[in-house]
Amino acid sequence: MFEAVVIGSSAGGIKALTYVLSALPHEFPLPIIIVQHLHPNSDSYLTKILGAKCGLLVKQADEKETIERGIVYLAPPNYHLLIEEDHTFSLSLEGPVNFARPSVDVLFESALFAYRGKLIGIILTGANHDGAQGVKQIKSAGGYIIVQDPATAEAEAMPRAAIVAASVDKILPLDQIGPYLLQLVNRSQSRRHPFE
Amino acid sequence: MIEDIETQNIELQLLLQAIYLKYGYDFRNYAKASVKRRILHRLNKDSFANISAMQHKLLYDVNFFETLLLDLSINVTEMFRDPSFYLALRQKVIPVLKHFPFLKIWHAGCSTGEEVYSMAIVLKEEDLYERTQIYATDMNEVALKQAREGIFPINRLKQYTINYQKAGGKESFSDYYAAHYDHAVMDKSLKENILFSDHNLATDGVFGEMNLILCRNVLIYFNRELQNRAIRLFSESLCPTGFLCLGTKESIRLSEDSEHFEDVVKEERIYQKKH
Ligand SMILES: C[S@@+](CC[C@H](N)C(=O)[O-])C[C@H]1O[C@@H](n2cnc3c(N)ncnc32)[C@H](O)[C@@H]1O
Repeated sequence: MFEAVVIGSSAGGIKALTYVLSALPHEFPLPIIIVQHLHPNSDSYLTKILGAKCGLLVKQADEKETIERGIVYLAPPNYHLLIEEDHTFSLSLEGPVNFARPSVDVLFESALFAYRGKLIGIILTGANHDGAQGVKQIKSAGGYIIVQDPATAEAEAMPRAAIVAASVDKILPLDQIGPYLLQLVNRSQSRRHPFE
Repeated sequence: MIEDIETQNIELQLLLQAIYLKYGYDFRNYAKASVKRRILHRLNKDSFANISAMQHKLLYDVNFFETLLLDLSINVTEMFRDPSFYLALRQKVIPVLKHFPFLKIWHAGCSTGEEVYSMAIVLKEEDLYERTQIYATDMNEVALKQAREGIFPINRLKQYTINYQKAGGKESFSDYYAAHYDHAVMDKSLKENILFSDHNLATDGVFGEMNLILCRNVLIYFNRELQNRAIRLFSESLCPTGFLCLGTKESIRLSEDSEHFEDVVKEERIYQKKH
């Protein structure tokens, strides 16, 4: 049923992402594509941190790279990350959107076009409103949205804005997001292959 | 909603076809996601009912086409963008270029010119400027016009000064421009050997016998096919052992002409054409 997971996070996001990703097994059946707001000059340290803390392969998304399941892709700092219909990545230097480059809205909107509605979107901690528009769009295309409970977020503006923008499917404390995601994906996969 | 997406994709394809047939600009082989974003941005801003309505306007209103052209050519640029690239250029490419009596350099997709003035400064400081001809091209006339003027908003200059220093600059950056209250005018002497002109990588041909070609942050907007075309064009425009520099997130290694190039500084995407 689902073909990809997209995640947006900002202030406090590195810790939150580590939390979520470390709950997922090595053979997670979907690709996970992440926009974390970073300083433009921070090269690849986020990739290293997350790679060390979780069982999945974590890498920076390359231009034209084909998206594969079981891999965690991070938007490179200072570029927007977009997904093409043929499930490859594009990058863009278009100006900041919601003061951010990469922007969560840009990723979410292109993901929705590429995967139609077959998408899980997750909004974690952050101090701005990036992602709210994308959440709304994913919802209206029939995708599934999980938002971090603002009470458990280091910065609550971003999850709050997402909750206001659309009626999201699930609001969860940080420590439950990973396990819930896994359950949700496993359930939908087994529905698709009833005899496996 | 899903149905809308399918319809929209059809409309988008028709729109790009219409632009090509009517105005000759070929966006059909650009990376779709970004083009679609830019078109939808304009659609929302001008409150069109749908892309078809926009296409109608586009066919009958050349002014509207020019607005759209600006939307589609993403002109974001800066001086000494990616300072480590310019540093590598100074260290690995410039010393080789010093052996030539006369140099030709091509900036393809130069946008509003910041990259070209950066190069001119490097060449001045390396005593190469006087024997260099720089060709700076872009498909966007509006950007080229600004490039020719060489006037930049003053509020960007602080960042450019930092970039210049990190890029191995040898002088005081403020020597290269005159500050007026909200803009900076680049020194005239930097422009003497630069020729700005209109050139489209999707539809135009080869530029002869270059020693160095820079095409940074343009190929990310192309699909594989168009990337191949552009790199073929560069390969044919370079003299043997000429250098090709791409943007930090672009690589020659996926292109059909990959084997004609060696890495000079891999991380900085500096390549050299084989003999
Ligand atoms: C993001 S800017 C890059 C500017 C500069 N090279 C830099 O790296 O800062 C991209 C430029 O490519 C130009 N461009 C896009 N498609 C082109 C084409 N088919 N032929 C020539 N220029 C093109 C755009 O007009 C724009 O000015």
